[in-house]
Amino acid sequence: MAIKDTLFRPVFRDNPIALQILGICSALAVTSSMKVSLVMAIALTLVTAFSSFFISAIRHYIPSSIRIIVQMTIIASLVIVVDQVLKAVAYDISKQLSVFVGLIITNCIVMGRAEAYAMKNPPVPSFLDGFGNGLGYSFVLLAVAFVRELFGSGKLFGVEILPLVTEGGWYAPNGLLLLPPSAFFLIGLLIWVIRSWQKDQVEEPEFRIAKHTAMEESA
Amino acid sequence: MSSNKESLGRVVSVALALCVVCSVVVSGAAVVLKPTQEINKTRDLKRNILMAAGLYNAELTIEEQFERVDARVVDITTGEYATDIDPAGFDQRAAAKNPATSLSLDGDADIANIIRQSRYAMVYLVNDDRGALDKVILPVHGYGLWSTLYGFIALESDANTIAGLGFYEHGETPGLGGEVDNPRWKNLWQGKKVYRDGAVAITVKKGSVDPRADDAAWEVDGLSGATLTSRGVSNLVQYWLGDGGFEPYLRNLREGDA
Repeated sequence: MAIKDTLFRPVFRDNPIALQILGICSALAVTSSMKVSLVMAIALTLVTAFSSFFISAIRHYIPSSIRIIVQMTIIASLVIVVDQVLKAVAYDISKQLSVFVGLIITNCIVMGRAEAYAMKNPPVPSFLDGFGNGLGYSFVLLAVAFVRELFGSGKLFGVEILPLVTEGGWYAPNGLLLLPPSAFFLIGLLIWVIRSWQKDQVEEPEFRIAKHTAMEESA
Repeated sequence: MSSNKESLGRVVSVALALCVVCSVVVSGAAVVLKPTQEINKTRDLKRNILMAAGLYNAELTIEEQFERVDARVVDITTGEYATDIDPAGFDQRAAAKNPATSLSLDGDADIANIIRQSRYAMVYLVNDDRGALDKVILPVHGYGLWSTLYGFIALESDANTIAGLGFYEHGETPGLGGEVDNPRWKNLWQGKKVYRDGAVAITVKKGSVDPRADDAAWEVDGLSGATLTSRGVSNLVQYWLGDGGFEPYLRNLREGDA
């Protein structure tokens, strides 16, 4: 039960993008096609899982004064390895992902899990926690990419679903969906959907707007 | 334990051990994977060259298809082959950055907005089955709206008729300027002429070209919603096929002197 909870809680109940609003930048940038998003999701899931594992394994030896640098070094090394592997086995996709694989280093989800979970828990739960958070990120990324690629370019995984007007079909694509800002709307809608289902995620408003008093004062 | 853990010696030794382990992992991965990466890179370039010329066939390996292609280095200023440079090791982008191997372009001449241009450029000659010249493929680049577009233009053996145009790297707006990748638009280039009475006449026109017009053979439809990208493509094609680009070489090729 506990394992299942560590692994799947971050997908809906505690999603890093939808609840904690972390890792938004790459979610905006790479989600215009399913294929690229899938590779990015796999890369991030692997990096989060393994960095949590290794950080947790040496957590008793890390002096707290340099812990952030130690975490960064481990994360950065893993990201470079992933990037090199992608360049060797999936060159086209690594070209499309360009800097975003490198930017996994600064992805807040990876750092956040290392600092918040892996430093306090044993390696195996940390691995599962990292993997689970990666799944949460993947879920949002693929959901956004599904809408963006289908309605933005009429395709899914590069296979034509809706024939485009420019290629002799009937579907006039929505150009906005191919641009990064559209992911904001989609992530916003997704957060709305998740929060209307999981009511406890709704935050208390930080302040309430007082009643308008200008009329009374002027009187 | 904690006082011991925070001591200077401990901090240094942990940092050092971590650095050694991580650097071994990183450099190990880089060294082991380098050969595969290099193969991918050249294969990608070759595929782009073949695609620009409309010769790419997904069923054959790229190496097989590239056997018909002869890569050469050309001296831009004289239009002759630079036999002292090895085409296999020549990097045109690096050469354009190096002051010793490049020319600086000033405002008016620099219509493609590339600022510096390599003195030497790659050309790819495609031979037909009998060994006669079939197509010549030239690398081109220039500024669009947001980004520099890198691509190849392929000419038929008369060095005047366009056989194809394709960009392999650009950052134009998807759906608008990004439509330079649209196969239907790229097909419009096929069969267009470059030179008219000895001068570069090919342009990307705003709107669509009237096929009955006099100069229809030298005009290509602009991309709707992407005026600046279209203008950029027009300029870069004109620049690279013009006097500062490959014109001297193409003239030699036509006269059979190259």
